[in-house]
Amino acid sequence: MTASPTAESRAPSLAARLNDWAKQRVSAVQDRTILAWKAVRFMFGRPFYLTDVIQQMDSIGVESLGIVVLTGFFTGMVLALQSSVSLQTFGATIYLGRLVAASMIRELGPVLAGLMVAGRVGSGIAAQIGSMRVTEQIDALNTLGTDPIRKLVTPRLIAALVMMPILTIINDMVGIIGGNVISTLIVGVPSSLYWRTVWDQIAGDGFTLSYIPNDFVQGLSKPFVFGGIIALTACYHGLNTTGGTEGVGKATTQTVVGASISILIVDYFMTQLLLAILSTG
Amino acid sequence: MSETEQQRADCAPPISTEPGISGTAEPTDDAEAARVRKAIRSELAKDARVEPVRPADRGPPVITLEHVSLSFDQPILEDISLGVCKGDTVVIVGESGAGKSTILRLILRLLMPDSGKVIVNGKDIAGLSFEDALAERRHMGMVFQSAALFDSLTVYENVAYPLREHTHMGEDEIEATVRKKLEIVDLDPDRVMQRLPAELSGGMRKRVGIARGLANDPDIMLYDEPTSGLDPMTTARITRLIMKLERDLGVTSVVVSHDIRAANRMASAIAVLANQRIVFFGTPEEMAASDDPYIQDFLGGL
Repeated sequence: MTASPTAESRAPSLAARLNDWAKQRVSAVQDRTILAWKAVRFMFGRPFYLTDVIQQMDSIGVESLGIVVLTGFFTGMVLALQSSVSLQTFGATIYLGRLVAASMIRELGPVLAGLMVAGRVGSGIAAQIGSMRVTEQIDALNTLGTDPIRKLVTPRLIAALVMMPILTIINDMVGIIGGNVISTLIVGVPSSLYWRTVWDQIAGDGFTLSYIPNDFVQGLSKPFVFGGIIALTACYHGLNTTGGTEGVGKATTQTVVGASISILIVDYFMTQLLLAILSTG
Repeated sequence: MSETEQQRADCAPPISTEPGISGTAEPTDDAEAARVRKAIRSELAKDARVEPVRPADRGPPVITLEHVSLSFDQPILEDISLGVCKGDTVVIVGESGAGKSTILRLILRLLMPDSGKVIVNGKDIAGLSFEDALAERRHMGMVFQSAALFDSLTVYENVAYPLREHTHMGEDEIEATVRKKLEIVDLDPDRVMQRLPAELSGGMRKRVGIARGLANDPDIMLYDEPTSGLDPMTTARITRLIMKLERDLGVTSVVVSHDIRAANRMASAIAVLANQRIVFFGTPEEMAASDDPYIQDFLGGL
């Protein structure tokens, strides 16, 4: 309000700065929550940008297939190789398939696919929306009567929520195949035995509507949540880009770092929560 | 003419009468030379200006800013009052970073004022929800400084965008409209329609931006630095275009510019923004005749 800066505003005290910092944090959380809420609400309303959803599914899902397959294959191989050493000391190499399947499906598949997609897709989304922001294209959308969240965020969120579980399933599958290659060629576990133990792990206890095996629940709920984290983090940083092209770079970095760390932290708590629920149920 | 003057006064709420810049400037040492310069400028301004045809009934202002203040980390606008009547072209001039574009953003409700009122088409923007504001913007066309064309879409899709968003036109009708709008801005539809914005020159991008702004037949057009970064030929072309739109379509325009020459040609009124305030608001003739040293300095570029 006042034009001339007061002494207080020129040299803010530590308490004032802490207060500002805390306010900033709180408002950032608030902004993210509003963004997420709007993005979800716009899934169920008109206008609905179906073309954008399909386009995003292509760029988030189909185009990420390559790196996800590569990641999965090598992770499966190294997993089999490393665990065969430990299992050999107990003469338990017949459980190799079981171990690889459990590790891939529960943890490595979702987390690694999440990290790869955060790096590849998250950075892309943040850079694209960020440059739209700094070149006034977001303002142009607003001016032309389009809610940028409806047009840009919702399609990306839907695409990520749908494609992440699919990518993870592919990642798991390729990883288990990678483990099979190592187990047959190097460890000397026959393929038939390997696949039987894999099956024991996945659905050995049966699979009915009333009993869905733990691996399915963990293996599919995690990538779904990670997809949401990636899309929303990227869109948030993209939409809040300031400071020209340099800002776009910053938004991209913040997205990759933020999404990756969130994935790792959320993964831990989801595991603990799901284990608690599933073991009692 | 005097009647027009009277009506213009209705459209211009009393501006802040504080001395602002004028009080701080040095008095001119050579009064005689200044008087001659002023006379020359006044003549120049008359020559350069084409008096637009005005509808007899101008009605109340379409856009009104009342004592608007806005600040982010530092004050951007202070006590800004401005009225724009139907069919007028108001040009806001001022140094770079004086907050000129911010006024356009306020009119579009991309920003909200800290205090004061912004009234567009009789509605206070503060009372509009986000969705209402989206709908309200359908009556406005905005030309951004960087044109802000969607770079993933072709020129055709860019101009068609507002039509697809807000109308239920069939593809044939959309194509006809897009062609018409591109022709208005002197672009050959067959040559540019399928090209991407990145393949166009700066002047062409600006014109596509104007065509997109016009797509919905808006009552109000807002231009953010329509001639910045363009060569003199293209600048003259775009200036003529803005005047043509005002004359032929009766569009109310607010133009933000630092190009005082272009401003003189197209403005029905000029507002000069300095130090977050409007220090002058009047016709180009009044501006040329002004005694204010700051205004004279500003006109020094003429």
